[in-house]
Amino acid sequence: MIKKEMIAMLLAGGQGSRLGVLTSKVAKPAVAFGGKYRIIDFPLSNCINSGVDTVGVLTQYQPLRLNTHIGIGIPWDLDRNIGGVTVLPPYEKSTNSEWYTGTANAIYQNLEYMESFNPEYVLILSGDHIYKMDYEVMLEFHKANNAEVTIAVMPVPWEEASRFGIMITDDQKRITDFEEKPANPRSNLASMGIYIFNWKTLKEALIKNADQPALDFGKHVIPYCHENGAPLYAYEFTGYWKDVGTLSSYWEANMELIDIVPEFNLYEEYWKIYTKSEIQPPQYLAPNSKVERSIIGEGTEIYGEVYNSVIGCGVTIGAGTVVRDSIIMNHTKIGENCEMYKAIIAENAEIGNGVKLGIGEEAPNETAPHIYNQGIVTVGEKSVIPDGITVGKNSVIFGVTTAADYENSYLASGKTLIKAGEE
Amino acid sequence: MRELSQKRAICAMPVAGSYRSIDFTLSNMSNSHIQKVAVLTQYNARSLNEHLNSSKWWDFGRKQGGLEVRTPVVTASNSNWYRGTADAIYQNLNFLKNSHEPYVVIASGDCVYKMDFGKVLEYHIDKKADITVVCKEMDPDVNVERFGTVRLNDEMVIEEFEEKPIQARSHMISCGIYVIRRRLLIELIEKCAEEGNYDFVRDILVRYKGVKRIVGYVMTDYWRNIASVDDYFNTNMEFLKPEVRNYFFKQYPDIYSKVDDLPPAKYNMGANVKNSLVTSGCIINGVVENSVIFKKSYIGNNCVIKNSIILNDVYIGDNSYIENCIVESHGTIKADSRYIGENGIEIVLEKNERYVI
Repeated sequence: MIKKEMIAMLLAGGQGSRLGVLTSKVAKPAVAFGGKYRIIDFPLSNCINSGVDTVGVLTQYQPLRLNTHIGIGIPWDLDRNIGGVTVLPPYEKSTNSEWYTGTANAIYQNLEYMESFNPEYVLILSGDHIYKMDYEVMLEFHKANNAEVTIAVMPVPWEEASRFGIMITDDQKRITDFEEKPANPRSNLASMGIYIFNWKTLKEALIKNADQPALDFGKHVIPYCHENGAPLYAYEFTGYWKDVGTLSSYWEANMELIDIVPEFNLYEEYWKIYTKSEIQPPQYLAPNSKVERSIIGEGTEIYGEVYNSVIGCGVTIGAGTVVRDSIIMNHTKIGENCEMYKAIIAENAEIGNGVKLGIGEEAPNETAPHIYNQGIVTVGEKSVIPDGITVGKNSVIFGVTTAADYENSYLASGKTLIKAGEE
Repeated sequence: MRELSQKRAICAMPVAGSYRSIDFTLSNMSNSHIQKVAVLTQYNARSLNEHLNSSKWWDFGRKQGGLEVRTPVVTASNSNWYRGTADAIYQNLNFLKNSHEPYVVIASGDCVYKMDFGKVLEYHIDKKADITVVCKEMDPDVNVERFGTVRLNDEMVIEEFEEKPIQARSHMISCGIYVIRRRLLIELIEKCAEEGNYDFVRDILVRYKGVKRIVGYVMTDYWRNIASVDDYFNTNMEFLKPEVRNYFFKQYPDIYSKVDDLPPAKYNMGANVKNSLVTSGCIINGVVENSVIFKKSYIGNNCVIKNSIILNDVYIGDNSYIENCIVESHGTIKADSRYIGENGIEIVLEKNERYVI
């Protein structure tokens, strides 16, 4: 008989549109992070480190990179005879076929998957946060309180509380009420989107609410459980937890890894983060290179200077090039005598010689100022920038560009240059 | 190999930052579509066993074939260690007898090279050879007394085979890679054992020269044996050359190794690294020049590392100076230490208490 005490369901279908061109070809959980990792590595590693060896990964938006990354779960030791990792895309049914229309709807469509493991508890996770958390401790808390639903929360500054789903608890940590983005918050405990459900409670709530359009945990399932008098508890988490949903928070979270002793420490022995290592060779630093306050992935070759940056695997940085405060993802090639200031360059991009990114005065982005701001220059994956181009701040480039796309070899601050359909 | 091999078998020696010596032979076998591999080992095999704990890194985790590690075992009829290369094969003769593949590749794990064994096998069949020995012409300035030297005639048949000659008459050496029919190998090994002989080179290759058709396959690509301290040091240093890195790291096919799940290397304030290889998991605060830094090493503030090899998981305290050294793995070097290899390469073994990381 197959029996698992707790299985995890990882929601990885979201686009993450606030990451702009970084997610135009890949789902947000598959976006590179911290040199060699992808965002989904953090919840997946947390699972295996917490003893959760059965994980369903729900995919929908641009799943190719995610699927190849997860494979059969070897890097996370999730290749199991029973359980392990399973990728769960939406599928056609005899009566209807629909996409995953909401977080809880996605879980509802995979009731059979969960049922097959006879779980006592189901852990619901999202694939877009950077954190280390022992779900087993949360489960103990859940059991100790005889809870039916436990929601992980973290205290946030009061002035920011109105941006979150806020949980109001009594002094036993039992949830008495909750508010979605309240104007006048009564508590500063924000939901982290991590839930432990008793399987029975979850199943019943999902089936009862199956007809609700865009069935969502925060909007429908949790209120439903609360109204029915199920004991809901808030599990307070005080460790490092970072939402990397926007370009500026993504950039910040990467930069925090460079601190002498980072708050989020990848070098700890007892809570390793696993990822699929595509390439293994060591990195090479040439005689005239200089690297300070940076982290660098495998197989990268540096001939220029790198300061305060996060560099992925298999990257080449040419001689005479200076990279500052930037994020450069796997397999990107940067030519000689370039200057990069606060640039995010996605995977497999090619930057010509003498290219300057992040030069000049700031100007708000013309098409999406809420995405491209803080002076960051963003270059999408597989983009090409020809020799000698200068690019301003808050600008974005995506696609194979040629000299003809630039006026006087220049793209001013705040400009958007997206050449679609050329992959 | 002096002190370095006190700790591990040579084929488990770390090479080029991310690898161990045996990775090259195993990857070559995997890339040549050899699916069944037995690793025969006995000397200090702990590191090696640890490294080979899963066959998935080289894609040997197949239903057909797979990777086996075979150390000597005590049985009702035998309780000897492997007394030589031929004896090691003899003690695992069942493995050969129970296989159905027609050919066997015998290779050692202490060499750094890329090779398609399929090509050697084609050559072997083409030449109607009984045994094919992979050979390489060494540069005239290389001392070949550690190797077996051969002389080939016009048909590439081996006419002369000298094991570890003091005065070598040829600069063509045997790379220790052989191709032979499985049935012939079983026959020769059984005969060898009957006669109380144990060595594959001396008692089979040298003895049967002229009787069996033993031909040489001359390889021209990069090949290095690392079984001496100087060769080990130089081979690692050669990875600082772009053409060597390009050949091993960028050209198809790849060399695979066990994945260690280490974080990216980190360079803090004061790091200044020139012409060096640095591997994952390292944290560097000092100056490194012309060196190879293996996995997970920590280099403290104001350190200077020159022309040295720092093996896995070494901690080097602040203000240390290291030049012309090989620092053994898991070593801890106290702050303000000074090690300089004056006449050649010094091997540093330091087991100080490690305070913090």
